Amino acid sequence: MDIFDFSDGREGYYGEYGGVFLPEILHATIEELLECFRECKADPKFWQEYVALLQNYSGRPTPLTHLENLSRELGGAQIYVKRDDLNHTGSHKVNNVMGQGLLTQRLGKKRVIAETGAGQHGFATATMAAKFGFDCKIYMGAVDVARQRPNVFWMENLGAEVIAVEDGQKTLKDAVNECMRDWVTNMADTHYILGTACGPHPFPEMVSWFQSIIGLEAREQIIKQAGRLPDRVFACVGGGSNAMGLFQGFIDEPNIELIGCEAGGEGVGSYMHSARLAYDDASVGVAQGYKTYFLQNDEGNMNETHSVAAGLDYIGVNPIFSHLHDTGRVRFEAATDTEVKETLKLTMRSEGLIPALESTHGFVVALKEAATMKKDEIVLVNMSGRGDKDIFTIADALDDAKWKAFIGGKADQYRAEKK
Amino acid sequence: MGLQSFIAERKKDKDLLVMAHVVCGYPSFEDNLKELEIMAEAGVDIVELQFPFSEPSADGPLFVEANEQSLKSGTTVDQCFELMAEVSARFPFKVLMMGYYNTAFKMGEDVFIQRLKAAGGVGFILPDLPIEEAGNLHKLAAEAEIEPVILMTPTSSDKRLAQLGAASRGMVYAVARKGVTGSKTNMGDDVVALIERCRKHTDVPIGVGFGISDKQDMDFLRGHADMAIIGTAALKTWQQSGADGLRAFFKDLMA
Repeated sequence: MDIFDFSDGREGYYGEYGGVFLPEILHATIEELLECFRECKADPKFWQEYVALLQNYSGRPTPLTHLENLSRELGGAQIYVKRDDLNHTGSHKVNNVMGQGLLTQRLGKKRVIAETGAGQHGFATATMAAKFGFDCKIYMGAVDVARQRPNVFWMENLGAEVIAVEDGQKTLKDAVNECMRDWVTNMADTHYILGTACGPHPFPEMVSWFQSIIGLEAREQIIKQAGRLPDRVFACVGGGSNAMGLFQGFIDEPNIELIGCEAGGEGVGSYMHSARLAYDDASVGVAQGYKTYFLQNDEGNMNETHSVAAGLDYIGVNPIFSHLHDTGRVRFEAATDTEVKETLKLTMRSEGLIPALESTHGFVVALKEAATMKKDEIVLVNMSGRGDKDIFTIADALDDAKWKAFIGGKADQYRAEKK
Repeated sequence: MGLQSFIAERKKDKDLLVMAHVVCGYPSFEDNLKELEIMAEAGVDIVELQFPFSEPSADGPLFVEANEQSLKSGTTVDQCFELMAEVSARFPFKVLMMGYYNTAFKMGEDVFIQRLKAAGGVGFILPDLPIEEAGNLHKLAAEAEIEPVILMTPTSSDKRLAQLGAASRGMVYAVARKGVTGSKTNMGDDVVALIERCRKHTDVPIGVGFGISDKQDMDFLRGHADMAIIGTAALKTWQQSGADGLRAFFKDLMA
């Protein structure tokens, strides 16, 4: 099954989802991007260049780790983790960003813009822009700027300009809108590095293509290390790029179950979550350039979303997943904020792993299900990002008194220096 | 009377028509009515009523704020249609729905057209709905004699303008420059060249919008465009100097 093998007149559509819903002024820009992407995808040298870049710059292939302790403690399936946290800049975001960086060079553009939620995509984009010599502007919701200062610090020090977006909910969706506004003005010299498999065609396909490197590697590694393919594959889903990346390695195996793990926030019925497919609160709509399931009201205005993980705190989901949800190929579950905090403590203590809050959503569901499975079964979960960059958020989430005292002391020190 | 024939009729007495814009429910529906009354008095020919949307990604800062505040104060689609019905009955100008496609999509395209028709609207502008996605909606509109306003832009190739021209009904909205609504456009040869390129591909009247803010812009467009489209400049005036200011703004603009 090639989900990107579109039928006539349905290019960019996955079932009824996807498409291009953009202002006319961007029509030529999207055409140009699509043409360039088609060339890149058809050119084996482009993929080779992409893989070499990630090997030499970002440490790919990232390893696969068997969680021996947790597998034993839970007494169920053998748990394997794909370690995309070990990429340069600390998450899978760099895969897509480096790919789009090469594509930006082919387009002959000199400036890149990007939206960011948790800051990982912005951080990766700023890094790429520094390496490739592009001007770089990152749009980030003001709420996210406040909760992810360390990433903002790095972006700025890497030479990017970070704009705190004050519109709307001041989170990821508002940063996307602001990128669109920049793009309709500056498209002549600017490429929009969209960070996830959402937005107008060809972004869902393009981002999925770059991220497919995760699944390609993981498939080979698990056969080598575990002796066979996994029974279930788990990944967190915000926009859905890391999950699309991992799942593509296994999607053609009908016996392997694929499970997308969304942000359940405060849980079912709370309306304070970002679960588009796992809960029943979302409906089909058109916004931000594409058609998919959105958390919206009856009149098509978007609802407030929530997650402890800024990178999952988003109204929509990639259109490929909306389709694979309808067909039943991917099952969607949600992990609540509380479950995420508990599981994070567990993976730290039992395995010495610090997954990002986003990635921990995948662990919650994977560990829950692994415990109910047989010892000779295998589950694979994507550790899409590392959590040590989230130290402020995690310390808050864990309500760590010693950390608070430390920050209090730092604050006193800065205040004294100011005087 | 449909949009195109209305424009033809009005053009008998005027060389440059004016389209104005309000965001429904911002600052309030009462204020909308006051603004619209001033627009009617000034002789504005067409008004676009923007239905607020939570993700107005084609709008500039002032309209973004207007959309957000309107929704915050509880504006509903029902209220927007009620306003449309009231003003189409009360004022001599024609009324268009302006907004984002999700508003129409969520209520259903057929319901959208029926409600628009029932409220006296003659057309709609949905800037995030490209013609490739608009087939069914345009068909429903044609059956109801409602006209979709298509946008032509400075980045549109001749090939693209030909496609847009073939789909155009009622009038075409020529976008004077790149970017979002609200900032100033330098009226010059580029704008004239754009209008001329648009004319080659469509027979319907052409309105020019984005950054039109004063009498000088009007004088520039006269003889080239059929209509000037005023958005942000009027809202800014209303915010800064209220009813008297807006009255003076349109008086000067249309002198």
